[in-house]
Amino acid sequence: MTEALPVLLVFVPFLAGLGQFVLGRAVPWSQQFVSGFNLLLVLLLLRAVAGGEPVIADLGGWGEPLAIHLQADGLATLMLLLTAVLAVAISLYAIPAFGGHARSAWQFWTLWPLLLGSLNALFLSRDLFNIYVTLELVTLAAIPLVLLAGPRKTVDAALRYLLFALLGSLIYLAGVALLYAQAGTLDLALLPAATPTGSLAGPLAAALIITGILIKGAILPFHIWLPAAHGGAPAAVSAILSALVVKAAIYLLLRLWTGALEPLVSIAAGQLLGLLGASAVLFGSWQAFRQSRLKLVVAYSTVAQLGYMLLFFPMAVTAAWQGAVYHGLAHGVAKAALFLAAGNLLYYLGQDRLEALRGIDRPLAVSLLAFGLAGVSIMGLPPSGGFTAKWLLLTASLQTGQWWWTAALVAGGLLAAGYIFRVLRLAFLQSAEPAERRDGPVPGRLMAWTATALALLAIGLGLISAPLLDLLGDIPGGGS
Amino acid sequence: MSLAYQAMPLWVLLSSLLAAAVIFALGEGRPRLRIGINLAAALIKLVLVGIMLLGVRAGHEFIVRLPLMPGIDLVLQADALSMLFISLSALLWLATTIYAIAYLEDSPNRARFFGFFSLCVAATMGIATAGNLFTFFIFYEMLTLATWPLVIHRGTQQAMRAGRGYLCYTLGGGAVLLLGIVLLHGLAGPQDFVAGGTLVERGESHPLVLTLIFALLITGMGVKAALAPLHGWLPTAMVAPAPVSALLHAVAVVKAGAFGIVRVVYDVYGIELTQALGMAEVLAIAASVTIIYGSLRAIWQTDLKRRLAYSTVSQVSYIALGVALANPLASIGGLVHLVHQGLMKITLFFCAGCYAETHGIHSIDELDGIGRRMPWTTAMFTLGALGMIGLPPLAGFISKWYLGLGAVAAGQLWVIGVLLASTVLNAIYFLPILHRAWFRPPKQADDSLAEAPVGLLGPTLFAGFAALAVGLFAGSGWSPLAWVELLVQREYSP
Repeated sequence: MTEALPVLLVFVPFLAGLGQFVLGRAVPWSQQFVSGFNLLLVLLLLRAVAGGEPVIADLGGWGEPLAIHLQADGLATLMLLLTAVLAVAISLYAIPAFGGHARSAWQFWTLWPLLLGSLNALFLSRDLFNIYVTLELVTLAAIPLVLLAGPRKTVDAALRYLLFALLGSLIYLAGVALLYAQAGTLDLALLPAATPTGSLAGPLAAALIITGILIKGAILPFHIWLPAAHGGAPAAVSAILSALVVKAAIYLLLRLWTGALEPLVSIAAGQLLGLLGASAVLFGSWQAFRQSRLKLVVAYSTVAQLGYMLLFFPMAVTAAWQGAVYHGLAHGVAKAALFLAAGNLLYYLGQDRLEALRGIDRPLAVSLLAFGLAGVSIMGLPPSGGFTAKWLLLTASLQTGQWWWTAALVAGGLLAAGYIFRVLRLAFLQSAEPAERRDGPVPGRLMAWTATALALLAIGLGLISAPLLDLLGDIPGGGS
Repeated sequence: MSLAYQAMPLWVLLSSLLAAAVIFALGEGRPRLRIGINLAAALIKLVLVGIMLLGVRAGHEFIVRLPLMPGIDLVLQADALSMLFISLSALLWLATTIYAIAYLEDSPNRARFFGFFSLCVAATMGIATAGNLFTFFIFYEMLTLATWPLVIHRGTQQAMRAGRGYLCYTLGGGAVLLLGIVLLHGLAGPQDFVAGGTLVERGESHPLVLTLIFALLITGMGVKAALAPLHGWLPTAMVAPAPVSALLHAVAVVKAGAFGIVRVVYDVYGIELTQALGMAEVLAIAASVTIIYGSLRAIWQTDLKRRLAYSTVSQVSYIALGVALANPLASIGGLVHLVHQGLMKITLFFCAGCYAETHGIHSIDELDGIGRRMPWTTAMFTLGALGMIGLPPLAGFISKWYLGLGAVAAGQLWVIGVLLASTVLNAIYFLPILHRAWFRPPKQADDSLAEAPVGLLGPTLFAGFAALAVGLFAGSGWSPLAWVELLVQREYSP
């Protein structure tokens, strides 16, 4: 029975998306069933995986080494859980957000289930080629979503996104081909044993694969496509992209580094990735601090927050492993809340320039509360998921004696406080001339409360980390 | 004992946390209901704290333990030290709530104000009942976040600047504190607060690391406790509404830092180890410097609230000084000052608020002849000021007396000099105010009686008489002094 769960997780959303496409008009409520069912499936999977053994589904039943496997271990299940929870919230939010426009609503309700299915498939994939296919599906579903904000405004951003994504895919695929020539298999479980070490081709293949993923994950210096795309897309889409799509790439990096590519990576490479991560934390936060548009602040914050996850690679101990993954979860939830809250402000003000936010606390109190609570997690203040992750990463950096990452973690938290409070303080400022502002409709309860629920969840992640970290377990292979 | 009774610290915490949630949910719309809920929550908390006080005295154990992360628990407990802080906060929360309701009557954004106000008190309760450093840190940071909206409540440019300064100092301090806590966890694992500390054995093997951690922890706490040179945020935070200043100075933020220092010295390191590492002297010197420096700066302030703020910088360091002298008598003086300073300072700030609200008086030279117009308020101000100077038998005298005795017993005679100098300086910056208020003729022709409204005057009288009572009845079995003597006995004879 449990073997069916991974299969359903992939095919149910795909079928729902295709159904929407065939129907030719938006049916938002049907997607609510899909995201609800998806969450139910993940919870069932969670119960099955909690025993400690991964759930494996063998598609087609060909047996080793030809089989296509879908596999859910602790890490994959946590990512599926994050995706499922966000899918429920974002799908609810999108009903009113895309309410007025029939065409873009149809496009959204078609593409979003496809993206959901692709993400599920990515997390469940167990060989490098399937991962390539699912990565492409994710990208191809994500880019048109960016365009939904109105093609004129976002076409440049979407094109740049497409260009970078294709470049990343090509480099990744080249690496996979090179590795296949060496090892003769692409199965993640079989690769470590099959990879011949000593030749130059192996490390080169690993470097290509990792570079491709870094481009897709918008890690500094490949981040330049992200702010315009994430900042320009509709709020619901921004939330999906920032919380899930780029996260999927980093997830892949974590999985490959500790599994399939383990024999090929070196300490120096780990330090280099850590350096990229720390630079992303500092540079992204600084850029977020300097933006004058709200959604760009939040988008640059993503550039920074992804960097924290890369701090795993130089430290590679269990605390770092748990910290990086937990950061992924906490950031996903908090960032989705931030984007939805920012979307509400945008909806009301008709624009998102920061100075327009002066003194708007009264009509948008709930959305601001959501922004503030999610901000607590982004800053890494307790109690929140972001704090738990930061605590674990700090512990790891002191455990391994690599104190320079400690400095980056602390500085990143303070910079994050800078850009979050820079937004919040505006709401408290007495507004000089309220009459001049062009106020739109106040966002409905559904929009305000989905953002708040996610923000509360980001806080709650600080209180329920024990079972989640248990499910994740120790670093695969016991660390190096 | 039933579980619900044992979990008392949790209920005390929740009483303000839930009040905050309800107030936020209600919004601006229903002021009467909000006031009702606010007062009810404050009263319920007072009753709960009373029950707990009796329990702790009878030797009952109150502890709640919730697993938070693998290996790390959220621990809420109530020992004698917690009760000292908690009783003070619960009592003054009620007084300040009543005061704030009257003070902010008909001003905008009251729901926001009272919501964060309750959150602030909840954080203080968490700090008081925290059973380990990790739990302490959670509420310590929560306090920072909950207080910021109160500091910038007025929304003026000046308030915004003060808010930014407040955040820079406190978040920076929080980061330093976090670093210290993580290092300590790495060295010794999770440690609950235990009288006498838990690190004695490690003191011999890792003296350097432990000294570094101690410095980090005290620096992190020192920001909130306004230890010079980390005090810069406090005087500028004076732009906040009067009840906020009162709460900030008497119970919440400043006291949280001082309380943290007490916890670190007593219940994490233990007095012996603190002395062995040589950190007790460093702390005593830092506290002494702050005492003198704060008093000196206070003399030159012309704004009433700013003068009171620098007075706080000076007075709160008495607590750290008493702890650092590492001697039972000095400890009594320092700890009892936690309560005494709170009562006296809240009286002074309430009076400052009364002056500002009733006659628009902010600066000290506007106070001429105010004693004739507002005799009750000025009488309370006088009580507070004389208490701060340390006139016997007022509360401040008791603190200074025990500190002095402790200094003699510890053989640190220079501390007597610090105490004397501070007393003289206190007199220099308080007596001219009293002289102006009582003996100078009013500047305006109108010198008819015009007291503050009942809502402001009532809490002021309450706080003033409480400050008087803890001094006059210090010898009774229920005074803060008696409680502290009990507490110190436990700390020094484990």
